[in-house]
Amino acid sequence: MSFHPNDIARRTRLSSVGLGIGFILLLGAFFRTQVLEHRTYAAASEENRLRPIPLPAPRGIIYDRKGEIIAENLPGYAVSLIAPSEDSLRASLRTLSPTLQLTDYDINQAIRRYRRAPTRPTVILADASIDVISVLEEHRIDFPRLIIQSVPKRFYPDGPVVASFVGYTGEITEGELNLPLFEGYKPGQIIGKGGLEKQYEAELHGKEGVRFDEVDARGRPVRGASARPDLLPEGAPALKTNIDLKLQKYVASLFGDSLQGGAIALEPHTGAVLALYSAPSFDPNRFTGGIPAAYWRELNTDPRRPLFNKVIQGTYPPGSTWKLATSTVGLESGLVTIDSRMPISCSGGLQYGRRYFRCWEKRGHGSQTLAGAITHSCDVFFYQLGLKIGLSRLVAGGIDLQFREKSGIDLPNEYKPRFPSRDVRAYYNRLFGANWSNAETLNLAIGQGANSQTVANMAKFYTALASDGYNSKPELVARKPERTKIMSLTPQQMLGLRDAMAGVTSAGGTAASANIQGLVIAGKTGSAQNTTDPNKDHAWFVGFAPAEDPKIVVAVFLEFGIHGYFAARIASKIIGYYTGVVPAEIANAEGG
Amino acid sequence: MRRIVADYPLVTIALLLSLFGIAMVYSAGQTDTPTAVARVYKSQILWLLIGMIGAYGISRSSVRFIQWVTLPAYILSVALLALTLVIGAGAGTAASTKSWLQVGGVRIGQPSELAKLTVVLMLAQVLASRREPPKSLLDLWQPALIVLVPWLIIMMQPDLGTGIVFIGIFFGMLYWSGVSWPLLLLLGSPVVSLILSFSTGMWGAWFLVLLALVLYYRPYLIEGVVLMAANIATGVVAPILWEKLEPYQQNRLRVFLDPSADPRASGYHVLQSKIAIGSGGLFGKGFTLGTQKRLAFLPEQHTDFIFAVVGEEMGFIGVAIALTLFLALFLRITQIAGRANDSYSSLVAFGLMASWFVHVLVNVGMTLNLMPITGIPLPFFSYGGSFMLASWLAVGVLMRISGEGRGKAAFRVS
Repeated sequence: MSFHPNDIARRTRLSSVGLGIGFILLLGAFFRTQVLEHRTYAAASEENRLRPIPLPAPRGIIYDRKGEIIAENLPGYAVSLIAPSEDSLRASLRTLSPTLQLTDYDINQAIRRYRRAPTRPTVILADASIDVISVLEEHRIDFPRLIIQSVPKRFYPDGPVVASFVGYTGEITEGELNLPLFEGYKPGQIIGKGGLEKQYEAELHGKEGVRFDEVDARGRPVRGASARPDLLPEGAPALKTNIDLKLQKYVASLFGDSLQGGAIALEPHTGAVLALYSAPSFDPNRFTGGIPAAYWRELNTDPRRPLFNKVIQGTYPPGSTWKLATSTVGLESGLVTIDSRMPISCSGGLQYGRRYFRCWEKRGHGSQTLAGAITHSCDVFFYQLGLKIGLSRLVAGGIDLQFREKSGIDLPNEYKPRFPSRDVRAYYNRLFGANWSNAETLNLAIGQGANSQTVANMAKFYTALASDGYNSKPELVARKPERTKIMSLTPQQMLGLRDAMAGVTSAGGTAASANIQGLVIAGKTGSAQNTTDPNKDHAWFVGFAPAEDPKIVVAVFLEFGIHGYFAARIASKIIGYYTGVVPAEIANAEGG
Repeated sequence: MRRIVADYPLVTIALLLSLFGIAMVYSAGQTDTPTAVARVYKSQILWLLIGMIGAYGISRSSVRFIQWVTLPAYILSVALLALTLVIGAGAGTAASTKSWLQVGGVRIGQPSELAKLTVVLMLAQVLASRREPPKSLLDLWQPALIVLVPWLIIMMQPDLGTGIVFIGIFFGMLYWSGVSWPLLLLLGSPVVSLILSFSTGMWGAWFLVLLALVLYYRPYLIEGVVLMAANIATGVVAPILWEKLEPYQQNRLRVFLDPSADPRASGYHVLQSKIAIGSGGLFGKGFTLGTQKRLAFLPEQHTDFIFAVVGEEMGFIGVAIALTLFLALFLRITQIAGRANDSYSSLVAFGLMASWFVHVLVNVGMTLNLMPITGIPLPFFSYGGSFMLASWLAVGVLMRISGEGRGKAAFRVS
């Protein structure tokens, strides 16, 4: 090398300058990061340190009208895990799997939850048993990133009895998170999925709290005490319903395991829903903490459709129960009085054009007044009344009686009934093409044809008959009644209809067997044609009692119930139970 | 034995750096979830003592003796390095590499630390033996070969960080031996091409500069052609080949070149390091109190990222003190090199300085994301027995060179 002192001195100088420049550049970089940008990094460091652990709020308790509990919260345990990465989550789940007895389904669910919200603790078991918790607590040290949290767990003491109206809860889905309705909700939160739980989600939800845990880089909590004041969860206020839980239980017991259909009981003057039951039911408690896949499959493949609410979703031809609507339209238009008779007396059927329209009573009813025709459900009378009213007027009258509208009950997913529109010609043309005849008038007059109603809607119609011509919107939650005048009948006419209906459950009426000693039940049976099995009609009964001062309106619908009086018997038991008059038949059956 | 002058400034600076470093290693162990790191400061103290004794021993020998052992030491270190390829083991972030020698499951050291020292000695030997500095690229074959052999072995371990140190040593010592700037530039040009290859325009400009340089410098034809070809290879062909690879293949290659940098986690680690340093502010969070470190957000806080602990807990003031100490050390060594008695001593001194300089630059730069993440330790700070020992042996060599050097001798000792 060149080792001349001058060369060496030059290189020494140059190196020193180079070192100095490197030093200043490095120091400058640190100055920028530590002094100029300190604020940003200090915030990032603080954020690193504290991890928010959401504290679920207890949902509002749901009471019946007497303060009995329909839905409450039990202390449950949720097991969740803070994972820095999906791989880490998978590894942890594998380790935990034998202890927690996780199924593949559970694991996949947990991974999906993690992907949706990696920063929130991933729920592994939303509702862990106390056995699992005690095992986990023993091995706490081995699973430092595990969070065992006491969470309120939804519980319905009467399970399947109340499922039809109370619904159930479940974890919010990705789709729901995107809806404006659920703005502000976070993945993993529990929401109402059906019934009152869904309808009153906003009221029942409460406010989630938060606890800040100091965690290390792997998300392991390092200190017991909170580093920041916690935000306590705020439970939602209680929800008071109109339901009479005792009656509801009784209604459910009447359906038992064998019958399928639905029943609703209303207060005629307020529309308060006393009971609402759809059979078969399901157990909403099993939805809490994630429904087991097998149960979900069972519910969905059951041909009796337990998740399909037969009171507010099932629409069926109302059959003879609708004859009261035909009667109302006839009386309102002044074409008939309660004592009017039709020109042709009933001989078991009516020839109209080239078709012969049967009465359900093959032997015939002879000549009937309107009142008698209601009591005996004479089809021939109503065929003629329908023709007298005319299709347009009959349809218009039905629309005025709100048969084209939902009942408006405060439950989600109510189905709209089927009823012709005011422009009758256009409606039927759309339905059948130009190829339809006035025979539709005859069908419509007896509650068949293009007319399908929900059980709730029929009950709503009868609240008007049971009161003063005002119907009442069915309401599960107590509030100011919403009543609409749908009938303009004189008190005499109302009374006439009521007497005729009272005859139904008296000797000679179509539901004489539903008679209760000491109580006058006014109502109407009905049979709806069953499209799947013509020999097994659906059975209806809609009525109220006591006839002179109605306290309860009941609509009962039995799928494949064959004849209306089967439904009537159930209805009379409900009415008897509610009014405190024991039906004679039950007394007999019980050996009294 | 000849009376020599002890270089107290050198020893003082090195000792201050070591004490500062051990304090930080101690702090690095103070985490909320206690780990084995909590105890390593004790062994670091032990290694410091061993290193200081070794340094004293070397300072009592002579440069001639060091020169005499240069060749055997070099051959031994290359042999040990080669041995790692056969029986090597990994450690820490670089668990998949084979940079450690272990016997019966006990790791006894990293031969690459020894090799850094012996390569400096060997290069000094070769460069000092020439009357003139290398004037052409072909003249460089001998020093290049000295570095290339251990470098290739280290790249096969693989250990990119140490590889970078070797390149730093090579260029630093060539510069000190008087190799002209244009030649160094030509030599380094393929690396520059590789760095600039992301932008066609910038690479093109660089290529034109290079062409002008070649025409001005007029190397042999074959050199010129090889040089240009190398630049085209690294600047144009390499990126094209890289693009053709599937992402997982790219990752594999990255991991192969540098296993300590997990391709997914590295970004996270650097970010956490930056957060640690930035949140330290002017005065720091206080000794042992850094939350980033305590809560284990900092990766490898006692080795590769120890300077982030300095930044977090001691703040900008602590960083400035540490960097100033390093600057003082490097300036002092440059002085020692400048007044060394012979060209061999002078080259050794400068080579050791170049080695440390690269360590500091890459390691400290890495904590601020100014440099790529490579498993390269910070001298006197990072926990590691071999490195502490090697560093202090180097201090011993420097003491000896300084003592034998010309000029100002402040103190005389026997």
